[in-house]
Amino acid sequence: MTSFLQIDLPAMLVGTLAALVCALIGNFLVLTRQSMLGDAMGHVVLPGIVIAFVLAGTTATWVMLTGAFAAALFSAMLVEFLRRMAGVEPSAALGAVFTAMFALGVLLLEQSGVARTTFDVHHILFGNIETAIWPAAAGIRSLFDLAALASLPPQLGRLAFGLVVVALIIVLLFKELRVVSFDPDFARTIGISPRMIGALIVSLAALAAVVSLSAVGVILLVAMMVCPPATARMLTDDLRTQVLLSLLFALASGVFGYAIAVLLPLAFGYEISLGAAGTIAVVAGLFQLAAMLFGPKRGIPRTA
Amino acid sequence: MTDLSPLVSILLLQAGYNTIVVMLGAAALGAATGIVGVFAMLRRRALVADAVAHATLPGVALGFIVAVTLGFSGRSLPFLMVGAALTAILAALSIQWITNRTRLTEDTAIASVLATFFALGIVLLTVIQTLKTGGQAGLDIYLLGATAGMLREEAIILALFSLVVALAVAAIFKELTLISFDADYARAHGFPVRLLDLAILALVLAVVVIGLRVVGLVLIVALLITPPAAARFWTNHTGYMTLISATIGAASAYFGAAISAVSPDTPTGAVIVLVAFTILLFSVFFGSARGIVVRAFGARQWRGAS
Repeated sequence: MTSFLQIDLPAMLVGTLAALVCALIGNFLVLTRQSMLGDAMGHVVLPGIVIAFVLAGTTATWVMLTGAFAAALFSAMLVEFLRRMAGVEPSAALGAVFTAMFALGVLLLEQSGVARTTFDVHHILFGNIETAIWPAAAGIRSLFDLAALASLPPQLGRLAFGLVVVALIIVLLFKELRVVSFDPDFARTIGISPRMIGALIVSLAALAAVVSLSAVGVILLVAMMVCPPATARMLTDDLRTQVLLSLLFALASGVFGYAIAVLLPLAFGYEISLGAAGTIAVVAGLFQLAAMLFGPKRGIPRTA
Repeated sequence: MTDLSPLVSILLLQAGYNTIVVMLGAAALGAATGIVGVFAMLRRRALVADAVAHATLPGVALGFIVAVTLGFSGRSLPFLMVGAALTAILAALSIQWITNRTRLTEDTAIASVLATFFALGIVLLTVIQTLKTGGQAGLDIYLLGATAGMLREEAIILALFSLVVALAVAAIFKELTLISFDADYARAHGFPVRLLDLAILALVLAVVVIGLRVVGLVLIVALLITPPAAARFWTNHTGYMTLISATIGAASAYFGAAISAVSPDTPTGAVIVLVAFTILLFSVFFGSARGIVVRAFGARQWRGAS
């Protein structure tokens, strides 16, 4: 029990919370045809995080958030510049900027020497949720012990903060988000600005990316922004149901994915380990595959 | 990086024979991606290429496992490349299937295929890391690319493959240009648009798999996107655009490989991508056809000249 609390619970919580916050905002990325934005976000914030760490010398939450946001903002401006001022085709502008920013991040990581101490580029790419541990846990009572709870890994606080902010804004502006996602022209006629709501969706995606990136890595982030919402979309036409279902699939992916990473090697008796970020993402992908094959709403609607 | 003389001597091909061959191999690859990228961009396949590139990871890992199981070195190129090609093809088919058969849009199909395949690759990599075979570290280079330790034979294979790709594009250049600018017209006149699109996808797959070794699967897509995007600022003519894009791709890969060869801790792929992006920014301002500076100061004369 103690080792479960010390090792498995924090890692599982980190994976699951990241899955939830990414899936939540991912619903609106999928509906507004911006699924690749999560991928872009995950890549562009890397140089921001590295520069912020090198300048401030700490991985404190606010430092990471500031650096990541600055990088996301800078990238967004660069993409807009290439698109509007220079006339580069939109997906090419996005592709050129996010690869260049990620390349810059990788180079800074290796050159500044933090690569082997604080961040590892593999962890950024693959995720390393296993590093989330809770050494202060000494049994079930620790769950109610404030002193012990205070030593929970800092990623958890960051993720919980992100989840609350994203959830709150989505609940408050649900009607606006729904109209803009399904019918931007109609939204305009009733006085809701698709541009404003679009910017809000992008900002929330950036927040979700920032809080998840260093905790779970780029790939889990991308998978969770797309797979659970896509799975849910195969099952329902109602947005509210879709969002709730996507959270359910995110939760299930987090728990089952982590369990597979821990239990499968044990079952085979090998001394091997599976990266939990990877298994969680694969489980999310398998849910989506099942939904695409058997979901009631999988086909192209006749009245598009 | 303060002492530039090793860089200069490398750029002038005065380094060891091996380094020269490797840099020329990288340049050939850059030219091939630059050529294919023009049509990938014009037919809006750039982000599909990103997914396909990421989807090579499980293939590389499976290739490693199969090679080791059969008693070969885990790093033997044929196994890794065949594996990479197979999972990349599967990913391309999956994207097509999801886009055509479900109501999910293409961007969602691309993103979910990218994430799921790459994640599967990660899981397989973690399995490989715990196998007691050795040589696992060699797989790292397929992520971010490396020219260090590359064999002369490998570089020559790269160059030959790149040449084949360039010749293939040259053979169907007119048809590719036509569907890139007016697919409806092409269809109406009996051109096999679907088949030609498939050819573009096949070429994309080919350069991605060839490029893994040098640029790495995370960033190879940049070599398909950035050089053509830069080339558009210099000309409106597809033929010239293809030549310029090939030149920019070759130059990026050549200089990137050179810089990476002389300075420690510089992943080759990252440097190549940054060189290419720098060329893009320069082209945005100073490109002779659509550059910002040219448009601002001498738009009329330049337009008359082209």
